[in-house]
Amino acid sequence: MPFTRYVEIGRVALINYGPEYGKLVVISDVVDQNRALVDRPDEIRRVVNFKRLVLTDFKIDIPRLAKKSVLTKALEEADVFAKFSNSSWGRKIAKREAKANLTDFERHTALVAKVTRSKKVRTAFNALKKAAKN
Amino acid sequence: MAKEAVKPAGGRGRSLSYKKRGLWAIKKKNGGTFPVHAKAEKAEVAVTKAPRFYPAEDAKKPLNRSFVRNPTKLRASITPGTVLILLAGRFKGKRVVFLKQLPSGLLLVTGPFRVNGVPARRVNQAYVIATSTKVDVSGVDTAAFTDAYFKSTEKKTRKSKGEAEFFEDKLEKAALPAEYIANQKAVDASILSGLSAELKSYLGARFTLKSGDRPHLLKF
Repeated sequence: MPFTRYVEIGRVALINYGPEYGKLVVISDVVDQNRALVDRPDEIRRVVNFKRLVLTDFKIDIPRLAKKSVLTKALEEADVFAKFSNSSWGRKIAKREAKANLTDFERHTALVAKVTRSKKVRTAFNALKKAAKN
Repeated sequence: MAKEAVKPAGGRGRSLSYKKRGLWAIKKKNGGTFPVHAKAEKAEVAVTKAPRFYPAEDAKKPLNRSFVRNPTKLRASITPGTVLILLAGRFKGKRVVFLKQLPSGLLLVTGPFRVNGVPARRVNQAYVIATSTKVDVSGVDTAAFTDAYFKSTEKKTRKSKGEAEFFEDKLEKAALPAEYIANQKAVDASILSGLSAELKSYLGARFTLKSGDRPHLLKF
C-alpha cells in the first residue's frame, strides 16, 4: 500500500500530545525533517515537532507561508473542521472528551444504564441460547 | 554694594503669602492667637508602696496570645444541598447531602438516613469531596441540629469493677433518645420528597475508585 498522507504544505494535522490534544493545525511550512511550522486561524504560527503531530486525510490548497486571511478562507471553503468532527476519528475524540468531563452523578447514571442494558442483553441472549438447544 | 531684594523664585513673598493664606483671619477670630487643642490631662499615678515581701517563686504569667480564632471558611463549592463524598470514618465513600455549616465550622450532613444509612452528623470539610450535584434542601428545617446536639449521649464514666464484673460487664449502650429519631425522620422526609429515583440511587451508592480512574483528573 502506498502512503496516502504526506507531510506537505496545506496538510491538516492533529496535535496528539499535552493539553492541546485533538487540536487541528495546518502545515504552513516544513522547517526540517523533524519540525513543521503550523498555523491555525485563531493562533500565532509556531513550530511543532512531527512526533507531536498526526497527519489527517485533509489537505487544503494554500501557498507556502500563507497569510492568515488566505488560510482562513481556504479552511472555510474546504470546511475542514466540520468534516473532521464528523469523521469517525473526530467523533471518537469528542466522545472521549465528553466521557472525561462527566460529573460524579452522570458517571453513576451511565453506570446504571450500562448495567441495565447488559442485563437485558444477557437475558435475551440466554433465552435464545436455550431455544436453540431444544 | 547694596544687597538686592530678591523675590523668591516662583512664589509670593513672606508677607504676601501670610496675607493670602488667610491666617490673619483665623487669628482675628480667636483673639489674636492661633487656636490650640487643650492638653489632655495626665492621669495621676497612684503612689503605691513597694511590697515588703516577694513570693519565693515566680508567679507564672500567661503568655500573650494575640491570635484570633476566625470562623472556618466554607469551601466555595459547598452550598446547602451539595452532594458530598465522605472520605474518612465509618461512612467513607458514602454520598451525603450537605445541610449547613455549624458555628464550630463543621459541616452538618445527612444521608438521608433512609437512603444510605448516614444519620445527621458533623464532618470536617477537609474530609469530603464536593460534587457539582445539588439536591433541593430549601424545605429542610435544621434548627434542631446544633453543635451541642451532637455531644455524645453515651455515658463516658465506667463503674469501677471487680474481677467478676470485668468479664461480664459490657458498657450498656444507651438507647437513642426518641427526639433524635424524630428529628432524623423529619429531615429525611423533607429531603426525600424532592429526590428523583436517579438521585436516590446515586445517594444510595458508595463512591469508589476503580482501576484506571485517575482521581486528579476526575470531575466531580
